[in-house]
Amino acid sequence: MLELRDVSFCYHRPVLSGISLEVKAGEIVALLGPNGAGKSTLLAIACGSLKPQMGEVRFADRPLADFSRREIARTIALVVQAGDVRFPLTALEYVLAGRFAHASAFGFDSRHDVEIAMKSLTDMDALQFATIRFNELSSGERQRIVLARAMAQEPRMLLLDEPTANADLAHQISLLGFVKGLTRERNMGVLFVTHEINLAAEFADRVALIKDGRLIAGGQPEEIMTADLLSQLFELPLLIDKHPVSGKPRISWLSGK
Amino acid sequence: MKAEQLLKQNTGRPIAGGYLTHSRVLVVIPSLIIALLLGSLFALAIGSEHIAFDRILGAIWAKLTGMTIGLTPEEEVIIFSLRLPRIALAMAVGAALAMSGAAFQALLRNPLADPYVLGVSGGAALGSILSIMFASGLVFSRPIFAFAGAATATLVVYLIGKRKDDPAHLILAGVVISTFISSLIVILTALADNVKLRNITLWLLGDLSSGSIDGMIVVIIAASTGTAVLMTQSRALNLMMIGERDAFSLGVETARVRWIVYLTASLLTGAAVAAGGAIGYAGLVVPHLVRLAAGTDNRLVIPASAIGGALLVLLADTAARTLLAPRELPTGAITALIGAPVFIYLLIRSRKYA
Repeated sequence: MLELRDVSFCYHRPVLSGISLEVKAGEIVALLGPNGAGKSTLLAIACGSLKPQMGEVRFADRPLADFSRREIARTIALVVQAGDVRFPLTALEYVLAGRFAHASAFGFDSRHDVEIAMKSLTDMDALQFATIRFNELSSGERQRIVLARAMAQEPRMLLLDEPTANADLAHQISLLGFVKGLTRERNMGVLFVTHEINLAAEFADRVALIKDGRLIAGGQPEEIMTADLLSQLFELPLLIDKHPVSGKPRISWLSGK
Repeated sequence: MKAEQLLKQNTGRPIAGGYLTHSRVLVVIPSLIIALLLGSLFALAIGSEHIAFDRILGAIWAKLTGMTIGLTPEEEVIIFSLRLPRIALAMAVGAALAMSGAAFQALLRNPLADPYVLGVSGGAALGSILSIMFASGLVFSRPIFAFAGAATATLVVYLIGKRKDDPAHLILAGVVISTFISSLIVILTALADNVKLRNITLWLLGDLSSGSIDGMIVVIIAASTGTAVLMTQSRALNLMMIGERDAFSLGVETARVRWIVYLTASLLTGAAVAAGGAIGYAGLVVPHLVRLAAGTDNRLVIPASAIGGALLVLLADTAARTLLAPRELPTGAITALIGAPVFIYLLIRSRKYA
């Protein structure tokens, strides 16, 4: 569904070189790599915020460059860490912003828009925050509101930049579990960047490893997440065994010394 | 399940606090209009010659219906030739400045932004002075020059502001731009001859007493066009207020919105300053009070700021011409008296968030 073809991007120095990657409908792809590998840049290119100098991005076999801003926002939702908002916006207003591309540029939010916003908040276990100011929420709570906003866009493709970074353990699991359910239910594609390699092993259908702007491997977690490849990726000795219940790869780090 | 029920059931809070509803608009806008009408009636009544309310209402009724009423010729002149045009000017200037403030705040994501504080009013003043000194023969040269000055100052403020995302940083830039422009103005006034000079110094502090009918018409046109244009961008501005990157990924053509809003805000400031001088802080105080009372949604903040700004400058101007009568104070002195403390309060509070 979303396809990067031989994408390269330079910003003073080369950030991405010759990346080809496809995310199919109903599939969750995790992007793993050390800091500065180019993961966030890749997401920015995948949602049309940055234009690659070489190569192209296609969605449903149409170049992303042909999409209008509003079309992209109805198709692809990007979730990044929420910054501070300097105005006393409520969480519900924040989520309603996700309806922008679906509504007319003028007028009130329709009942339909409000209901979708509420539904997204409910799905994120965050309806109780609806009338609370966004700035009064903790960073983990904000992250759920940001994800609710992305869901309110009703996208066909979800790009997540460390969606679980500020969430507590229970919400990390429930959040990714929810995303997975939605992926199946709406046949939505998901590309997510994470440093939680065990979560990636558990929830991703495919994993892509990126280092110094190049894809070094891609495939199912069972094939890709080997001690060799991951230790090389993170330059850290890692031990891999099987999760006793799910049977997915389980990564443990060995002592640094 | 209905959205309202869902929310009430789960939060026990009224939905009115959650997002912009029809009922919120239907409370805020009519109350402000009523307050503005009462304010203008009050402003028509008081001054060196007090005129009773019933006589004013009678006179307006008579004007509208074409009947005659027992007004003395003096009263007629005071109401329709002296006070009414000045009231109209004060309201249009106030509406323009307050909206321009609301627009700058949303666009720069900075609750401290105000055309005066940012130096945009200063740019407009410099433009006006250049037009008075060198191009006074041209039609509408003053508003055009003022607009050019405001737009230039805005551009400089923007270029500085986008380098660092800190509200206080932008305000410092505004202070520096204002001081720089002030010294240019001082140099220019030193070059000007005496008659022109007298006009300039009073008017720099915000002075509605010498407003012309032409200037008034320009501000009224600018304020109504500005309201219309900003209203079409208000939904996009709601998203820009969260962050430009967020707005972009949610479907806003951020570059286009930025240009439209910058030009409109500069036009509003330029027209207001050309007609009424650099009246400060209306653009800061009014949107802030509106947000406190009615929430942050720009679809309501922009029109409510227009009416609220009209009311604030009207009252400030009425105070300016009556407090020390027969002497007159500059209107800008009154608005700064209210605005400066509000600014300090907001500055302290913004530090907590930044």
